[in-house]
Amino acid sequence: MTGLLYALASFGAFALVSGIILAIAQKVFHIDGDPMVDKIDALLPQTQCGQCGYPGCKPYSEAVASSQAEVNHCVPGGERVMLQIADLMGVEPKELEAEAAAPMLAFVREDECIGCTLCIKACPVDAIIGAPKQYHTVVADHCTGCTLCVEPCPVDCIDMLVKPELIEHWSWPLPETKRAQQGHERRDHHASHA
Amino acid sequence: MTEIALILLSAVLVNNFVLTKFLGICPFLGTSSKVETAVGMSFAVMFVMTLASTASWLVQQYVLIPLQLEYLQTIFFILIIASLVQFIEMMIHKTSPVLYQGLGIFLPLITTNCAVLGVAILNVQQEQTFLTSALYGFGAAVGFALVLILFAGLRERIEVSPVPELFKGSPLALITAGMMSLAFMGFSGLVKI
Repeated sequence: MTGLLYALASFGAFALVSGIILAIAQKVFHIDGDPMVDKIDALLPQTQCGQCGYPGCKPYSEAVASSQAEVNHCVPGGERVMLQIADLMGVEPKELEAEAAAPMLAFVREDECIGCTLCIKACPVDAIIGAPKQYHTVVADHCTGCTLCVEPCPVDCIDMLVKPELIEHWSWPLPETKRAQQGHERRDHHASHA
Repeated sequence: MTEIALILLSAVLVNNFVLTKFLGICPFLGTSSKVETAVGMSFAVMFVMTLASTASWLVQQYVLIPLQLEYLQTIFFILIIASLVQFIEMMIHKTSPVLYQGLGIFLPLITTNCAVLGVAILNVQQEQTFLTSALYGFGAAVGFALVLILFAGLRERIEVSPVPELFKGSPLALITAGMMSLAFMGFSGLVKI
């Protein structure tokens, strides 16, 4: 009987001590929210354009951090941001969606613009300049192609154009390395025999 | 001094927990797809194993034997290991959220890593002293870390090589693990403890 009492008492005491230590550790190592959200949010371009399907960059980073969203939905960020997020989350990088592959640009047809300033208010990156009753125009360098300005325009004078590739941004395509080439050949060889 | 070296050598290479005793296989396969994650997992296991083997030795000597409660060994050791894992989980979540994300479910699963409980129970069975049991725990953890990181490196290289479709992923990982185990059998003639 005493043996059983000893067993219960010692196990209870031991469990209590470890519980108290863990409770103290919980206080010491307390964290507010998920730190991954802030890390992902810092990588995103903060245009709040909503093209990812979430109302802004913060909600999207929350969705990515909790693995509810894929890493490839940020259109303005493009492939660079997608690779960074994939690396941070430790998941495989995913191809950007096909429609996002061609960068778009907003263009105001100035002779139709009535100078209502509605598109200026809608632009998340302040890429539209103009004043009331004056023509507005888009600063091409700053436009992320988010299409948020198209909806509010009362006269529908904003077009989305495919962004022209500027000569400053053009570069030679990367060379195929010998090793990669051999890999391709071997895979084709296997495929043709299968 | 020789004894210390022998214990470490025995735990790290000769009686390697993963490849010769086949304990702790689950995290060995689960967290070895990236070297970074493997390194993080290794340090977490090293921390838990060393502390768990010393703490369980203390509990065995100063609580269970005086009260003649040796039959409660398993449940006491599990309690120690579970608390330690909870502690390190909070610590990693605070200090390195990226590693926390990378380890995912395998971090709380250190609790059920049989290598951790195995080293605690083997220490008691072999009637080690305090110092040797701590060393044995540490050596076993270093052995685990060594093979985990080696295996992760191998898997990273395999990932980018042209592998027949049939063997991609887990099949080749299992074959690689088996070959590593064969290689580690070569150490068995090194020391006898």
